[in-house]
Amino acid sequence: MTDTAADVSAVNGFISKTITEHPVALFMKGTPDQPGCGFSAVVVQILDHLGVEFVGVNVLQSDELRQGVKGFSDWPTIPQLYVKGEFVGGCDIVREMFQSGELKTLLAEQGLLAA
Amino acid sequence: MPMPAAELEADLHAAFPDAEIAVEDLAGDGDHYRARIVSTAFKGLPRVRQHQLVYAALKGKMGGALHALALETSAPA
Repeated sequence: MTDTAADVSAVNGFISKTITEHPVALFMKGTPDQPGCGFSAVVVQILDHLGVEFVGVNVLQSDELRQGVKGFSDWPTIPQLYVKGEFVGGCDIVREMFQSGELKTLLAEQGLLAA
Repeated sequence: MPMPAAELEADLHAAFPDAEIAVEDLAGDGDHYRARIVSTAFKGLPRVRQHQLVYAALKGKMGGALHALALETSAPA
């Protein structure tokens, strides 16, 4: 196995572990307190507004992670939101789902919103 | 690395021949676009799959030549 293949498999392992251990996981640029990109900031604002707990993973900490997360989900851009291990979407989809109420419904159905 | 709106539109038309497509250059810099695409190809697909079809049509330009493409996809009513 080449070093590159080993890196990819380590990154994929990290991503699977993250989305399994955290019911709501956001791969983003920067951190929830200090988003490094407007699109990531929008998703953080929406999740905060809904009052859902989530873990933000800063993809800028490593180039392997930044590329790896795109390959993992077959999605070319950051941010990427996962709920209960399922890829929900990027900024546009999350915003649309928030505006239509679908996101709240999804989170409530998964028992992730305080009643 | 900017990309002309006409090129973006041509790629989309090639992939979705039946579609109604509207491309808007949001910042006037050839790098931040919004595209509205209405195509029967999207019928019955979740949004993530719809957008993945669009990204596939752009053959890796998204996240590369194209920094930002806001997408609104839907099937004809």
